Amino acid sequence: MNILLYTILTLCTLGALLAVVLYFVAQRFRVDEDPRIDEVETRLPGANCGACGFPGCRAMAEALVARDDISTLYCPVGGAAAMSSVGDFLGKSAPEREPEVAVVRCAGSCTERPDGTAVRQRLNRFDGARSCAVVAETYSGETGCTWGCLGQGDCVDVCAFDAIRMNPQTGLPQVDDERCTACGKCVGACPKLIIELRRKGPKSRRVFVSCVNREKGAVARKACEVACIGCGKCVKVCAFEAITVESNLAYIDPTKCRLCRKCVAECPTGAIIETGFPPKVGTPTAI
Amino acid sequence: MGGIHPPENKLSASAPIEILPPPATVTIPLSQHIGAPAVAEVAKGDKVVVGQLIARAGGFVSSTIHSPVSGTVSAVEAVTNGSGCKVMAVIISVEGDEWAPTIDRSPTLVTECALSPSEVVARIAEAGVVGMGGATFPTQVKLSPPAGKRAETLIINGVECEPYLTADHRVMLERGPEVIVGVGLMAYALGVEKIYIGIENNKPDAIANLRRVVGEFKGGFLNQLPAIEIVPLKVMYPQGSEKQLIRALTGREVPSCALPIDTGCVVQNVGTALAVYEAVQKRKPLIERVVTVTGRGLARPSNFLARVGTPISTLIAAAGGIKTDKTGSNENPQPTEYMKIIGGGPMMGRALSNPDTSVTKGTSGVVVMSPRESVRPPETDCIKCARCVTACPMGLEPYLLSRLTQKQLWPELEAGVVVDCISCGSCAFICPSHIPLLDWIRLGKGEVNKIIRARTAPPSPATPSPAATSTPAAK
Repeated sequence: MNILLYTILTLCTLGALLAVVLYFVAQRFRVDEDPRIDEVETRLPGANCGACGFPGCRAMAEALVARDDISTLYCPVGGAAAMSSVGDFLGKSAPEREPEVAVVRCAGSCTERPDGTAVRQRLNRFDGARSCAVVAETYSGETGCTWGCLGQGDCVDVCAFDAIRMNPQTGLPQVDDERCTACGKCVGACPKLIIELRRKGPKSRRVFVSCVNREKGAVARKACEVACIGCGKCVKVCAFEAITVESNLAYIDPTKCRLCRKCVAECPTGAIIETGFPPKVGTPTAI
Repeated sequence: MGGIHPPENKLSASAPIEILPPPATVTIPLSQHIGAPAVAEVAKGDKVVVGQLIARAGGFVSSTIHSPVSGTVSAVEAVTNGSGCKVMAVIISVEGDEWAPTIDRSPTLVTECALSPSEVVARIAEAGVVGMGGATFPTQVKLSPPAGKRAETLIINGVECEPYLTADHRVMLERGPEVIVGVGLMAYALGVEKIYIGIENNKPDAIANLRRVVGEFKGGFLNQLPAIEIVPLKVMYPQGSEKQLIRALTGREVPSCALPIDTGCVVQNVGTALAVYEAVQKRKPLIERVVTVTGRGLARPSNFLARVGTPISTLIAAAGGIKTDKTGSNENPQPTEYMKIIGGGPMMGRALSNPDTSVTKGTSGVVVMSPRESVRPPETDCIKCARCVTACPMGLEPYLLSRLTQKQLWPELEAGVVVDCISCGSCAFICPSHIPLLDWIRLGKGEVNKIIRARTAPPSPATPSPAATSTPAAK
């Protein structure tokens, strides 16, 4: 009987003593965390995609709370809504940025048309590991164009928002404007640097050069029917000086472009693409 | 350790070496070797003769290039190579076959050599000799061990473990005396104590022939050298790899990230021995080489002595053309949807996307795979059988390395010693799930090498990072 009593007493004393020790230790080593960090984190999208440059939403929230000037911090996923909500809560002026979207700058589909030809003719077939990075490491690709889309879908694999898919008709990646958050993961994943983040534009209306081939015109044209040949016709027709041609490749500056679409009509190869505009009456829809 | 037994398929083993006449035009890439590209010494319109220097070495680890034909330089420009990439090349249109007067074209065997070892190495460097097994490392660099290191063993690689290839086999059979004199010259240049020639047991005729040749050499220059020992080896891929061959012959293991010279060994190919003989004794630069043109897709698998710069399509046509073209004709040696043309052997060679690419100093073979052979079975999930681990001759874990590459875990990949991978392809060959392990590992190895280089030599601010070109602002 005594043994039982001693045991219970010893354990109770030990428990009480340790509770006191733990109380003082907890007081001494207490970490005070700004409760606003938790609140800011709930206002961020929670995708942990890293698009802001921080390793996750928590780290971004810490930075937003800690810094006085948050104009350099931006969450492209949450966009203006999330940033203004955070700004209002913290009482800091939230940065504003134009919403952006990823655009695929290659229209050279290798899918054969009924007559056996393709926009971009496939000259060989790659049967190794299904990865653009592996293809880029191994050789120039399946077609004569050494610049264009390799079609293995590294951008699709890397997208955390399911916003980019391979189009089974064209064999090229296609971005879903609604889902794309402009996090930029696909931009980094593409070994050919085809994907660009561009201004989303009013009603998703955009005009851009869908080609990255910097070969001379004849070489580019031989490899792909819709290649930019650097002819400069678009530059002449543009009233807003938005287009520049550098190393045989035209580029439309989205900040200067006024979406007049004159260049689209002028381009001899159809390398300039318009998106989001209502279809013109009487013109067949392009594939 | 490790190794596999792929089907040998030595279709052209009994085909004697045929001399291929120079083609109408040759395209000679300026980077046919490991190291800095050579610098062109000729310009458009220049007349050249066979053996004339057309490009000088672009650095210490580099090689000179000589004209393999006589004619006029029609261009020095970028051409598309077998991987579809642009490389600088000298293009010569052939007129006649006029050789430089310094070259001794007589067939007599010159066994005596009055040069000093350094003069021998100088002649090898002048002639642009590179490792002929396919790695194309400049030979003179290998024959000049760095200060503080000494070569005590010369190993001659007659293994030819790649399936299909028979170029080295034919060289050992038909050019035995020249090879042995070449071996002697390299041993003399290095001052070694031991000379081994390693040959796999599947070439008993080559073993017998070289033994006979070595036995017949009496007196003269070779007698002052250590005896040449011809060692028959168990058949095993990739025994022809330097590190594996050193282990098989001497029992020594080359440590991770070390060079063969750290174990006192220098490994040279039999084809290199022949080139060394011709360079030193006949003053003939490396302008032609024995190429095996083989495969089940070809009408007549052969071994050719082809000039550097000959288009691969010419070789294929000379070997009877492609047997089963999609249309059934032999006229057009384009790779059809179903076929593969591989530059080098089937294990380590690369499928060519452009059959008009030219023979270089390192082209040991051209394998035309029939439609049935070239199909890759569909990839399935890894079943963790670890056969790749057993097969890896470097003791790596290929399943893990390929997975780490897919996950882009570069530090972990570096810890897995991916840089030791010799790209032999044993793992991908043995994988029952047909996972393209080597494709991934090669990618990972490249990335890790980039990281290591960036760490050891901080990049100068003048070189823009490749990421900079991705932003439109940099356009």
